[in-house]
Amino acid sequence: MSGHVFHPGHEELHGITVVVTGRSGRTYVGRYHERTPTGTLLHDVGVHDPATGQSRADYLARTLKFGVRAEQKHVVLPDEEIDEIRKLAEFE
Amino acid sequence: MAYPEMMVKPMREEMTQMGARELTSVPEVDAELGDQQGTTLVFVNSVCGCAAGGARPALRAALEKGPKPDKVVTVFAGQDTEAVARARQYFADYQPSSPSIALFKDGEVVHFIHRHQIEGKAPQEVARNLVDAFQKYCAPASV
Repeated sequence: MSGHVFHPGHEELHGITVVVTGRSGRTYVGRYHERTPTGTLLHDVGVHDPATGQSRADYLARTLKFGVRAEQKHVVLPDEEIDEIRKLAEFE
Repeated sequence: MAYPEMMVKPMREEMTQMGARELTSVPEVDAELGDQQGTTLVFVNSVCGCAAGGARPALRAALEKGPKPDKVVTVFAGQDTEAVARARQYFADYQPSSPSIALFKDGEVVHFIHRHQIEGKAPQEVARNLVDAFQKYCAPASV
């Protein structure tokens, strides 16, 4: 049973926890689902907003240690907001 | 949404065959995780093949080497929701994800492997992470 996948045929990032750098200055961390006609769909998403005063580096360090603090169940990010998508694991 | 039990049965059995005790209710979770002494590993199982499909063999491989936790228990995310929610209450500041693995020592989380540390990794790599933690926290103290 190990290795059995319930969702074959999806994009490479499907199911992977990613960090999306937004052009708005926000950073989104969540599980990549798929690219849709209206944008990229993430599940269980935490959002870093620089307006809170916490640095993005601190936010990511805390996320790496304690996991994604999901504030939103689903988020669709329009293409114009997305600057970069990287796996969270790359920040380890 | 829970998957049909016949689909998840092999994943449950994969855990029990490696010696994990399955916890499916809140009282069972409290009995194992409340007032703990020694080391306990909690494996949050998942149907996700991308991550759990590698995490289960990783744990099995780690348990076959060197020191291991006094107890290994498992809860199944998306299936036994109340038991999972209760187990997560013991995880303190660690956020929920599945699959994930928590190692307790005397009731305190001393090592945690999140889903993002499992995704895309070979089981051997995750097993190494576990073996290192078992060496650090589960080996008998030298005199």
